[in-house]
Amino acid sequence: MESRSTPNQFLRLGITLVILAVIGGGLIALLNGITGQACLNNLSSCLTNNGWNPGIAGFVPILLGVLGVATFPLLVTILLIWVERKFAARIQDRIGPNRVGPFGLIQPLADVLKLLTKEDITPTGADKPIYNLAPPFMVASVLLIWAVVPFTPYHYGVDLEIGAIYFVAVASIATLAVIMGGWASNNKYALLGAFRTVALLVSYEIPLAMALLVPVLLAGSMSMVGIVEAQGAMWFMFMAPIATLLFFISSQAEVGRAPFDLIEAESELIAGFNIEYSGMKFAMFFAGEFMHVFTNGVLMAILFTGGWWGPFAYEAPLLGFFYLMIKSSFWYFISLWVRNSLPRFRVDQVMNLNWKILVPISILNLIMMALMLRIALGFEQSAGIVVTDFFSALPRTGFLLIGNVVVLVVVWLWLGRQGRQQRQLEEMNRFSVTATGD
Amino acid sequence: MVFGSFTPEAFAFGFFTILTLGGAYGVAMNTNLVRGAVWLIVSLFGVAGFLALLSAGFLAAVQVLVYIGAIGILFTFAVMLTRSMTNVNQRFNQQWWISLLVSALLFILLIVGVIIPVWGNQSPADMSPTIANTTDLGVALVTGGGFVLPFEVASLLLTAAIIGAILIAREDEE
Repeated sequence: MESRSTPNQFLRLGITLVILAVIGGGLIALLNGITGQACLNNLSSCLTNNGWNPGIAGFVPILLGVLGVATFPLLVTILLIWVERKFAARIQDRIGPNRVGPFGLIQPLADVLKLLTKEDITPTGADKPIYNLAPPFMVASVLLIWAVVPFTPYHYGVDLEIGAIYFVAVASIATLAVIMGGWASNNKYALLGAFRTVALLVSYEIPLAMALLVPVLLAGSMSMVGIVEAQGAMWFMFMAPIATLLFFISSQAEVGRAPFDLIEAESELIAGFNIEYSGMKFAMFFAGEFMHVFTNGVLMAILFTGGWWGPFAYEAPLLGFFYLMIKSSFWYFISLWVRNSLPRFRVDQVMNLNWKILVPISILNLIMMALMLRIALGFEQSAGIVVTDFFSALPRTGFLLIGNVVVLVVVWLWLGRQGRQQRQLEEMNRFSVTATGD
Repeated sequence: MVFGSFTPEAFAFGFFTILTLGGAYGVAMNTNLVRGAVWLIVSLFGVAGFLALLSAGFLAAVQVLVYIGAIGILFTFAVMLTRSMTNVNQRFNQQWWISLLVSALLFILLIVGVIIPVWGNQSPADMSPTIANTTDLGVALVTGGGFVLPFEVASLLLTAAIIGAILIAREDEE
């Protein structure tokens, strides 16, 4: 096979996509029809009516919900492994997995089988309990985030009043997992990888949290449900593009993916903190990472691009879920694109980027957003505008965009001046070297 | 808390108590410093659970974020740099009696000051009908009648601490 995009292949892909769309649409229509029935709409009262103990009847839907929320990201991850490999292959001008099943779709299952049959190695001198605890912690830290994700207007794990800060709190457990795995492996490369992780993850949590505060500010609520509901008139992405970008960059760093993949820099650390892990324990670290990337996409969708908002989301909740997944996939794809096209930063570059650029920008941006929101609220009050739809949200968006432009111009001038100074310094050094040394 | 009836709250309270006290015991008795740090994190997590039980969700999240996400990890980080020190079996100074004295005093103080006044079959105090949420906390922190002064002083103190840490860690420039 010389060319990798024959018309035949396009045709096949097209037909598959059409079939998938028809099946998806049919499923949504079908399930919407079913949810009209009482038992799926209100399971607990239905069970009570059928003679169940009210306590147990109240417990069953909760249990099912927890199972559903916890299983869904794990199931998505199986598909994501395939998507990721295929996407990376296309960018690198390869075909990717295409042997097992149609388009290589069953490849992840084959991988799972392979990983299950691998020998489970614990290195000598490893701190066993800590060594074994690290991989579940990694997966748990990502899974816990899904508890506050609003899937549709009516379906979410839990509407925590402190959803945003809860997200930051549980995400920090991932750092703990990496550090535990790195230390307990009794391996110098693993330890070095863990050191880098602490430096990287702890640092990038600051711009992440600062960027997260902007949607919290705009929505006037820390609850994820509240943040999504506040975006009915206008997505926060258009009100706060800088915060969107900051959150995206720092969440990419939080996952430890290129260009921030110093944690597992293959050429320097072999594999970093997970070097000694094998079989399913290794797979858990990787499942955690894959899941984290998609979870970041979901968070981007919730915080900045309106979550489940879309036409008829209230009437057909499953459609809302569909919108959320589309938006998440969009951010997920951008993340993969960045990952596969940018080279790795050096350690000092990563730290410089964070402490000297992202942190000051995020602080400036937060102050500016707070100020402009206050001005916009004052203007709305004096003009008698109540933000309900797209057009009434325009003045506020305008004010906030002005704030963003101001921040952008300041950052632009400041970075430009810094760059010029550095260039001058380097030129001077070169000049002095050629003048004195021979 | 009524111990006769076994409510889910009582179960959760017992669970978090075991976590907190067990974790603290692990910190005190472990000779391996990294394991000690992990036990400390377990103990701090138990405290976060107590806060969540007291419907102080914000404080619980901050407890996890600050004590587990930052302080616990920094402890582990610092300890990891000293692998040779992680299995210390002998006492390396003779000051154990000072800590014994101080902790015994603190224990007696807590017993006398906190436990004895509330011990026994008292009727539980009436709970306030309003449950303060995070908004109330935020408003209290920034209003003049509330805690704006302590809040600002604390932030000033933290800024000073950060600058001090940078100054100490900084290499001398020639």
